[in-house]
Amino acid sequence: MDLTLSPEQLQFRADLRTWLEANVPPPVPRNSGESLLERFERLKQFQRKLFDAGWAGVAWPKQYGGRGASLIEQVLFLEEMVRAQAPPLANTLGITLIGPTLIHYGTEAQKQRFLRPILSADEIWCQGFSEPDAGSDVAAIRTEARLDGDHFIVNGQKVWNSYGWAAGWCALVVRTDLKAAKHKGLTYLLVDMKSPGIEVRPIRQITGESEFSELFFRDVRVPVENVVGQINQGWEVAIGTLMHERATAGAIFTIRYQRSLEQLIDYTHKTGQNTDPVVRQKIAQAYAELEVFRMNQMRATSRASSGVPGPEGSILKIFWSEYNQRFQQMAQEILGPYGMLEEGSPYAIDGGEWAYGYLRARGNTIEAGTSEIQRNIIGHFVLGLPKSY
Amino acid sequence: MRFELSDTQQLLQKSAREFLAHEAPIAEVRRIMETETAHDPKLWNKMADQGWMGLLIDEDCCGMALGMVEAAALFEQMGRVLLPGPFHSTVAFAAPLINAAGSEEQKQRYLTSVAEGRMILTAAVAPAITETSGKLTGKALFVPDAAAADVLVLATPQGVFTVVTAKAAGLSIVPLQAYDQTRKLYEVTLDASPAERLEASTAAAVAQAENIATLALTAEMAGGMQRLLELTVAYAKTRKQFDQPIGKFQAVQHMCADMFLWTESTKAAVYYAAYALDQGLPDASTAVSVAKVYAADAYRECGNRAIQVHGGMGFTWECDAHLYYRRAKLSENAHGDSRYHRERIARRIIDRPGTNETAVTGYRRANP
Repeated sequence: MDLTLSPEQLQFRADLRTWLEANVPPPVPRNSGESLLERFERLKQFQRKLFDAGWAGVAWPKQYGGRGASLIEQVLFLEEMVRAQAPPLANTLGITLIGPTLIHYGTEAQKQRFLRPILSADEIWCQGFSEPDAGSDVAAIRTEARLDGDHFIVNGQKVWNSYGWAAGWCALVVRTDLKAAKHKGLTYLLVDMKSPGIEVRPIRQITGESEFSELFFRDVRVPVENVVGQINQGWEVAIGTLMHERATAGAIFTIRYQRSLEQLIDYTHKTGQNTDPVVRQKIAQAYAELEVFRMNQMRATSRASSGVPGPEGSILKIFWSEYNQRFQQMAQEILGPYGMLEEGSPYAIDGGEWAYGYLRARGNTIEAGTSEIQRNIIGHFVLGLPKSY
Repeated sequence: MRFELSDTQQLLQKSAREFLAHEAPIAEVRRIMETETAHDPKLWNKMADQGWMGLLIDEDCCGMALGMVEAAALFEQMGRVLLPGPFHSTVAFAAPLINAAGSEEQKQRYLTSVAEGRMILTAAVAPAITETSGKLTGKALFVPDAAAADVLVLATPQGVFTVVTAKAAGLSIVPLQAYDQTRKLYEVTLDASPAERLEASTAAAVAQAENIATLALTAEMAGGMQRLLELTVAYAKTRKQFDQPIGKFQAVQHMCADMFLWTESTKAAVYYAAYALDQGLPDASTAVSVAKVYAADAYRECGNRAIQVHGGMGFTWECDAHLYYRRAKLSENAHGDSRYHRERIARRIIDRPGTNETAVTGYRRANP
């Protein structure tokens, strides 16, 4: 056990902190009246600034515009961004999922073409995996790509695309062999969102906003050189991507949730609830759970960076999503009816953040692999129980 | 950064695992728990031969002076087999208490004997025992392993005292009929019983020993959970209903997955707290409370799921799950229950200097 950072890592963090202090713009509250597009433009500008200063793509190889550092520095970067209340990365899918996939599976030409604009936020990426009939059962994908000379012709429908409305490119999983077994006939394609035949329809969510959208493809032509990996071997590439999502996604949550807990403790002081033994017990319980999550995260990072994959990855997703739902419920109890008030109400607490947080948390146990799928993965792949389906 | 046992720590854990598999299989544990004190001198001597009694005792008292990470690695294995008897009481609580509160001479006198396997101890925080001119009077409940102990170490409001059980007039030790038979609990009554004050007694010394004892307990709890998980998964793979192993059903699989999540999470919390104690990190005490609060719920719920998956079999005396189920609840109550530890956390994270310290009446540990 040695949980200290190396002198280089400490230096990295100190330099990053100094840079963030000088460059992070003041946070924009939820009730500022900023539109979704205005917000996204602000996020893009900040990512560009990060890129110019050499902070984007911390763990990416240097020749593709990254910093060539280890996973530990990558986690430090994510933590410091949240700590400094920096605008989140505009191209979060590109940086956390699609870039790493290209680095691992892409051709040299693809790396040269796509990686830098991902880091600079010049090209925003979305991901087309889920379909109306392929949710947890991702391999049931029906969107079809038929080879026609040196192009694929894509037809079908995708759903739950984050940033679909902002994206210039899409990492799309399609069926290229109708006769092969479910997992065998899939291909991973890079699709230019300006191609004729693509339609983006925003989905209005439980929160009222539209982070996500549906994508429709009608005879969309995609050049064959945009295949990542081999034709009909897209499942392996896609799963590699999802594993990345689970391994690194937790890093941002610890500090974000710590801040929410601090904010809630401030509120108990303002309202005199800080001496209420019931409230004290609940807050301490939340703190304990969050600390345990932080330790799980530390252990997972340690194992992932030493190249020995541990079983922790699969429990992180369940932990942060279910913790956040419990936490938001506790916050609602402490806030009472004020917790329901959304941005715009003069009585809303913290600009309506808690009302939004409660509703948004409901999606946590569904997005990025439901809790049920995560438990199936643990049951089958970690504990060796027979596959249930 | 490395959140992993070192090679030597792994070696210690492995040798403990092999030793305990051989010397304390569950049939042997069941035999020992049926004895009056659940203390088996033969097993005790063999463990002493391993040097384990001196785990946390200084080298000049013939101990190994190892750290809390090593201790956690060892206690995890003991919890895994439900080791019966006074090992935790002696090694994880009473010895650290003498180490923290004793003079050099007192440490030499008691701890050398402990390290050499010649003396068994137990300890208790005893707010209802008072001292008058070197004699103790009062009562402590839920004292583990008192009938097996040569010396009782009692943290009273006036300091920490030792009582030699064989020589103490006015001492009575009566078993309480608690449902975990692997770790027997007692009522200890003293009536002007002769005692020796540990010369460096302070509240800080007691707190330090309590942190060590609590951490070792949570490590045992993690080991118990690990064993419950193994037993339950093995059963789910072999037990058939509707012509298939019940582990194929998601309702069963998800219970096992929850057990895995709780077990791994507890281990992460335990080893972090052990590391924090070893390094003297500012959040060390809080980390111990975090581990205890989490482990308490996790171990109890692992017990629940284990018995549920075992079905009717799980409700029998023959199935081992209930032995862990009992230990889980005993552990939940020992060394501060969750309400106590949550309040301890609350004081650190909610209270701010000068604002409301006096407003909090707080929660006292349940101990008569």
